[in-house]
Amino acid sequence: MRMLWLLASRDLGAAWRSSGLWLPIAFLLLVASLYPFAVGPDLTLLRRTGGGMLWIAALLASLLPVDRLIAPDRDAGVLDQIALRGISDEMVVLARLIAHWLGFGPPLMLATLPAAALLKLDGGTIWMLEAGLLVGTPALAALGLLVATLTAGLRSSGALAGLLALPLAVPLLIFGAGTLGDGSGAALKYLAAASLLLVAITPFAGGAAIRAGRE
Amino acid sequence: MSGAGLHLSDVACLRGGRMLFRGVSLSLNAGASALLTGPNGVGKSSLLRLCAGLLPAFSGTIKRTGAVALADERLALDSELPLARALDFWARLDDSADGAVAAALNAMTLAPLADVPVRMLSTGQRKRAMLARVIASGAPIWLLDEPGNGLDTASLDLLGAAVAAHLAAGGIVVTASHQPLPLGAPVTLSLTDHLPDPAEWDA
Repeated sequence: MRMLWLLASRDLGAAWRSSGLWLPIAFLLLVASLYPFAVGPDLTLLRRTGGGMLWIAALLASLLPVDRLIAPDRDAGVLDQIALRGISDEMVVLARLIAHWLGFGPPLMLATLPAAALLKLDGGTIWMLEAGLLVGTPALAALGLLVATLTAGLRSSGALAGLLALPLAVPLLIFGAGTLGDGSGAALKYLAAASLLLVAITPFAGGAAIRAGRE
Repeated sequence: MSGAGLHLSDVACLRGGRMLFRGVSLSLNAGASALLTGPNGVGKSSLLRLCAGLLPAFSGTIKRTGAVALADERLALDSELPLARALDFWARLDDSADGAVAAALNAMTLAPLADVPVRMLSTGQRKRAMLARVIASGAPIWLLDEPGNGLDTASLDLLGAAVAAHLAAGGIVVTASHQPLPLGAPVTLSLTDHLPDPAEWDA
């Protein structure tokens, strides 16, 4: 447990110092402010489509930090030094998942508030959006981390990461955007299920990917 | 540190579909050291990674008693952090004694640079910082890959003193080096003696 805390706090500190934390927030706000220019200032149209558009923005924002999640530490030998100490790669990925979500999920949920205001979303939609993001951002973080472990060490890994992650993110987008027009809460439960699955497999799949990439 | 040991028996290494060496045996107990020699590409770094457990051996067995510290070509220190804090992360992970980092910095005369960000260090200073990381780890088995590269004469003496102190304390040092280092009476292992027989391998 202490090990997990040490690793996660280092990862969070590294993300903070690299100022990579601002990237997803700035991206979300930029997309939200560009969207009305593209579709026109029609209030009903913005209200009806804005929530789903913010989900797409959140999904794409989750791909931005992918190339700094694993590759720099792999190249600097940090992952090898951790492995030398008998700490499993699964533990490394789990710690990184916690740190990555803390640096990605809550800031994104915060940025959604001004973004929703830009699109004139109503109160109920904003609540559903925030609830959906609370449940869905762990999955987005896990997915980003998973493709980061798979593509670390490859050239032009950023583009490849996008191609790998987007098909896997389709269920998250369907259920996530589905929560907005769904009064029964079923979509939120499906989103939670997909999120749980991704969060549960990422430490193991990511750990195996790091081990396989060690040479 | 007594009781540390590193024992390789009949180890072969296969990398990228190519047999690098085979039949390597080495037995080191507390206070012993080994020097790996051979031309570039013969597999010295691979053998160190095998000893560290980062690579699986193709055949043979490797038995380690005690923790391992590895210094290869990669610094593994956070470049944005001040040197002392970057070293402190590893010391905390290793549960090193209080003051281990300060002592390691002193041993490598890096104490005046403790507050300098790692990215500002020169090549030789980075190498010394890496050795400080190894010293601070408190691990009995040191694996040093070309530890003398980029070090000036004074720093080489520091490295020699650190290695000698480690061996005197019952540690084990395996180094791949082109420079003469005060390793006591090292077991010299020339990997050119362990090249695979091409005929046998092609068959």
